[in-house]
Amino acid sequence: MQNGRLSHLIKKEFLLEFRQKSTFAGILVYIVATVFVSALSFKKIIHPTVWNALFWVIFMFIAVNVSSKSFHGETKGKGLFNYLYYNPRQFILGKIIYNMLLMAALSLLTFFFYSWFVGSMVQDMGMFLATLLFSSTAFSGVLSLMSAIASKANNNMSLMAILSFPVLMPLLLVSIKLSKHAIDGLAWSVSYNYLLILIMLNFVVIALATILFNYLWRE
Amino acid sequence: MIKWWKILSALLILYTLVWGLLNPVPRLDILNETIRNVYYHVPIWFAMLFQMGYSVVFAIKQLGKNDMRSDLISNQAAQVGLFLSIPGLLTGCMWAKFTWGTWWTFEDPKLNGVAIAVLIYLAYFILRSSIIDELKRARIAAVYNIFAFVMMFVFIMILPRLTDSLHPGNGGNPAFGKYDLDSNMRTVFYPAVIGWVLLSLWILDIKKRLATLHYQKHEE
Repeated sequence: MQNGRLSHLIKKEFLLEFRQKSTFAGILVYIVATVFVSALSFKKIIHPTVWNALFWVIFMFIAVNVSSKSFHGETKGKGLFNYLYYNPRQFILGKIIYNMLLMAALSLLTFFFYSWFVGSMVQDMGMFLATLLFSSTAFSGVLSLMSAIASKANNNMSLMAILSFPVLMPLLLVSIKLSKHAIDGLAWSVSYNYLLILIMLNFVVIALATILFNYLWRE
Repeated sequence: MIKWWKILSALLILYTLVWGLLNPVPRLDILNETIRNVYYHVPIWFAMLFQMGYSVVFAIKQLGKNDMRSDLISNQAAQVGLFLSIPGLLTGCMWAKFTWGTWWTFEDPKLNGVAIAVLIYLAYFILRSSIIDELKRARIAAVYNIFAFVMMFVFIMILPRLTDSLHPGNGGNPAFGKYDLDSNMRTVFYPAVIGWVLLSLWILDIKKRLATLHYQKHEE
C-alpha cells in the first residue's frame, strides 16, 4: 500500500505537468532563451572558470524558477484531501522524487543547449555528468522544502529566491568545484572527497526535508 | 535583581580588555601585535555561533511542543546572533587588513561562510515578517531555522577543511592551538570566550523580557 501510493503521487505530478503542455514548453523556452542571451552577451568564452560559473548560475536560476511552482497547485481543498489521504513523508518524497527527475532532465537539457550555443569545455564527461546528476538531486531536495515554505507564506516569487539562494550556496560551491575538476580533466582521485560530500549532502537534505515537512503541512 | 553571571561576564570582558593589551604575546611574522585580536575576534564568533545554536534548540523545542514562548526565544536569539556578526565582521576586517592586506577576500571559505550566515538569518527575518498568523509563523520559521542552520554548519565547519583557507588551522596554515596560543595567551583567551558568551546571554535575557512585555501588551 505504501509503495503504491508513493508511485501514485509521482505519477500524479507527471500527469499534472504534462497535461498542460504549455508549462513544460515554457520551461524549455526559458532555458533556451537564457542560454541564448548569455551566448549573445558573452560572444565567446575562453576562460574555463567563466564558462563554469555561468553554467551554474544559469542552472541555479532555472532550478529555483522551476521548483518554485511545485506547491503552486496545492489549493485549500486539495490540501485537505492530501492531508487525509497521504502521510506527509510520502507526500514530500513524491514531490522530491518528481523534482529530482525533472531537475536531472533539465540539467542535461541546459548542458546540451549551453554546449551548443556557448561551446563545451568539459574534458572529463563522466565526472561532469555525475556532478550534474548528484547536484540536481540535492537541489531538488532543498528546493522542494523551500517551495513548501514559500507556499505557506503567501507564495511570492522573491521570497522563494531569498530563502533558497543562501541555503543552496554550500551545494553550489561543491558542484562548481567538482565541475571545474571535470572541465580540467583532473584525475578522479582528486575529486573523490567532493563527490562524497555532495552525496552526503543529498542524504542530509532529503532526510531533513522529509522530517521537517511533517510540521509544515499541519494547518 | 542582577544575577551573578552577568557581573561575571562584565568582569571577564573588562579583564580581557585590559590584560589582553598588556600581557606578553609571542612575536610572529606578519601577525605581530595583531595577534591580540584573538581575544576579541574569535570569542565574538563563538558567542554568535552559540546564539545561533541556542536559536535552533528552541526552534526544535517549538516544533515539539508548539508553544509561543520557544518561538519568542528562538527569534530573539537569532537577532542577537545576527547582531554579534557585526562586531565579528568588523574586527575580522580590521585584522584581515593588517595581516592579509585586504579588508575582504572571496578566496576564504570562512569569510564566505559568514556572509552566507548573515544572508540566511536576514532571509529568516524576512520570512517571519511575511507571515501574519502567529502559530503558523512560529512553525514555518522554526522549520527554516533548523534547515538553514544545518546548511550553514556544513558551510562553516566542513567546507573550509577541504579547501584552502587563509585562516589558521586550515589549508596548511598552523592552528592557533598548536603554535601560537601559548599558555600565556590561554589565560586571556578562555576567559574572553566565557565572558562574551555570557554577555550574549545577558543581551538575550534583556531582549527576551522586552519581547515578552510587548507580547503581553499586544494580547490585552
